[in-house]
Amino acid sequence: MRTLFFLLQKEFRQIFRDPAILRIIFMLPTMQLIIIPMAADFEVKNINLAVADHDHSVYSQQLVQKITSSGYFKLIHYSADYKEAFKEIESDKADIVMEIPVHFERDVVKDDASKLFLSINAVNGMKANLGGAYIQNIIQDFNNEIRVRLVQFPPIPSQTVISTTYSNWFNPFLNYKVFMVPAVLATLLTMVGAFLTALNIVKEKEIGTIEQINVTPIRKHHFILGKLIPFWVLGLVVMTVGLLIMRFVYQIHPVGNIFTIYFFAAIYLLSVLGLGLLISTFADTQQQAMLISFFLMMIFILLGGLFTPIESMPTWVQKIVWLNPVSYFIEVVRMVILKGSGISDIRNHIFIILGFAVVLNGWAVFNYKKTS
Amino acid sequence: MKNKHIDKDSGRGKSTAKGGGIKQFYAFVKKEFFHIWRDKRTLFILLGIPITQIIIFGFALTNEVKNSKIAILDLSKEYASQQLIQKISASKYFDYDQRLNAYNEIDPAFKKGKIKMVVVIPQQFGNDLQHINSPKIQLICDGSDPNVATTLATYANAVILDYQMSINQQQKLPYRIESEIRMMYNPELKGAYSFVPGVMALILMLTCAMMTSIAIVKEKEMGTMEVILVSPLKPFGVVVAKAVPYMLLSMVNVMTILLLSVFVLDVPISGNLSLLIGESLLFTITSLALGLLISSVTDSQQVAMLVSLMGMFLPTVVFSGYMFPVENMPVPLQVLSNVVPSKWYYFIVKTIMIKGLGFSYVWKQTLILIGMTILLFALSIKNFKTRLA
Repeated sequence: MRTLFFLLQKEFRQIFRDPAILRIIFMLPTMQLIIIPMAADFEVKNINLAVADHDHSVYSQQLVQKITSSGYFKLIHYSADYKEAFKEIESDKADIVMEIPVHFERDVVKDDASKLFLSINAVNGMKANLGGAYIQNIIQDFNNEIRVRLVQFPPIPSQTVISTTYSNWFNPFLNYKVFMVPAVLATLLTMVGAFLTALNIVKEKEIGTIEQINVTPIRKHHFILGKLIPFWVLGLVVMTVGLLIMRFVYQIHPVGNIFTIYFFAAIYLLSVLGLGLLISTFADTQQQAMLISFFLMMIFILLGGLFTPIESMPTWVQKIVWLNPVSYFIEVVRMVILKGSGISDIRNHIFIILGFAVVLNGWAVFNYKKTS
Repeated sequence: MKNKHIDKDSGRGKSTAKGGGIKQFYAFVKKEFFHIWRDKRTLFILLGIPITQIIIFGFALTNEVKNSKIAILDLSKEYASQQLIQKISASKYFDYDQRLNAYNEIDPAFKKGKIKMVVVIPQQFGNDLQHINSPKIQLICDGSDPNVATTLATYANAVILDYQMSINQQQKLPYRIESEIRMMYNPELKGAYSFVPGVMALILMLTCAMMTSIAIVKEKEMGTMEVILVSPLKPFGVVVAKAVPYMLLSMVNVMTILLLSVFVLDVPISGNLSLLIGESLLFTITSLALGLLISSVTDSQQVAMLVSLMGMFLPTVVFSGYMFPVENMPVPLQVLSNVVPSKWYYFIVKTIMIKGLGFSYVWKQTLILIGMTILLFALSIKNFKTRLA
């Protein structure tokens, strides 16, 4: 016990002696938590619209006005020339070009039908898809308005019209920040935990001080505990900072119990630290350690459901994702903070993460050798 | 040695930082290659990152929403509602996971975490359908992920409309405005078209800037920098020699990415290949300059890594526009995004590779990159003189 105490003292001194590392430990979460959620607003809005209007009628004017007043579209070009309008797409200034044909109004009223042409810049597939759906909805609405103006409908419709109402629970205003902030917090904890542990141990290897420790009677588990506990504490501190930012900068009030999150994070950190430890047994230089952890983090975070839903991934990828500790933590944090899930709802997650912690740490301890 | 005929003193007379002759320079580059070659793990990862990224982005990450688990609360329990349920569960977007029996079962179902949407069919559904022609349906979405919620509601609505159409005898409404949509450049709406250029920017930043800065700082940290600096090659020459191997490595990565995207992901290179490679080379030099700057202001590898991660990786991911929509960001961030070199490179690659347009569409962005490169080089030279020489 005394050995461990002295080791801990040494580790904490080492961490607090290096102001650069310390600054980074606290700046990284703050910067990430402030920048990424602000950036990660995937709501499709601010769609730039260019209109080539060959008709110049009341209808075409009304339609353009209706589209721009929806709030999703910005009119950036209006002319009677399709080629000019299309240039805006080529230079990335416009996302959609709408071409209104000649005699648009006359055709609608007299021939019962007219056709609009929409060219959508589809380099970004999702934006193109949703943008197209929005503008078609608006055109449909406009169409209905015209119809109501021109036709008298009976009180009981002759045709069945199913009306659908929507409600969005847990995030009624569909605010992206509410979705992203908890998950970014989760990835942050992972990065701080794994990176720092791996780098710290490898640094001792690289500058040779590990030899000095190896020749002392310090036991293997003392050494490893001495390395893990400081970062475990730091991880929890970082999480507290993150939770405070979430509460006071983003005004997100966790629906669930905050201690559920701490409880899960405490176990989760064990598995992440184990991962860092494992990486450190494989790497000889800091450069290697950093690249290996970077490589793994990249895969874990991209496949963790932070940006794209896991259910949409192909089945074989979903099987791989079972081995991704980050995905469980992201899921749990979102469940507890947004929906208020309790311990019993996340029971399975807890067992799985415990399993990760045991396996990763066990493997690392097995791999760590005092002799070189 | 084919460089023998070159005058040894050709570089010495000039006052530029690069001096010491081609031969020494060559020897230094060779030394750096040995360094990289010796460390197989690092090399493996550097070459493996682009491949994994392309595969993950190409096959695993889709914004397409499908197989979402839904629950249905059917309070009407009639033939009509059965028909509708059948139609919904037949759709590939939904995975009919469980049947609820009461309204208060909805909240626990969501809390368990898997259900994304609940379709509520009210008790008088069949009645309304038969007598007043206007039945109602309620869709409750798990709004935690806004885009999934919106998309699911849209899909469900489409299925319901389809059902409605099948009830109504097909008859055409008067005064129709139809619209025809053409998806330009990417008719199948593949995600790959927007991320391949992004991955290129990211990888170049990573291999070139981050690795260079770490390689230099490592020499500082180990103390071998002093040894090198007393060699006849001038400090800046030393540093450039360190950068050359990483530049070559980056070009190998660019080739890997392009080959993978053409042959594995079916993303064609629509524009001029040599222009694309030329622009990539320019961006490589820009990131190199950035790496030099970072190495000149940091003293330990850990700090260099973390600065690179925060100063280059994060901005590249966030501001280049391939993962996050820049146009939705608050204005200060949009302004800030203009100083990130990757943003301009991303635009250039997108324009040339995906849209197939020529140099006349990207000359402005190219000039901006050149300007940034010169500025970064100037800054790092200034720092090197005061710190090392």
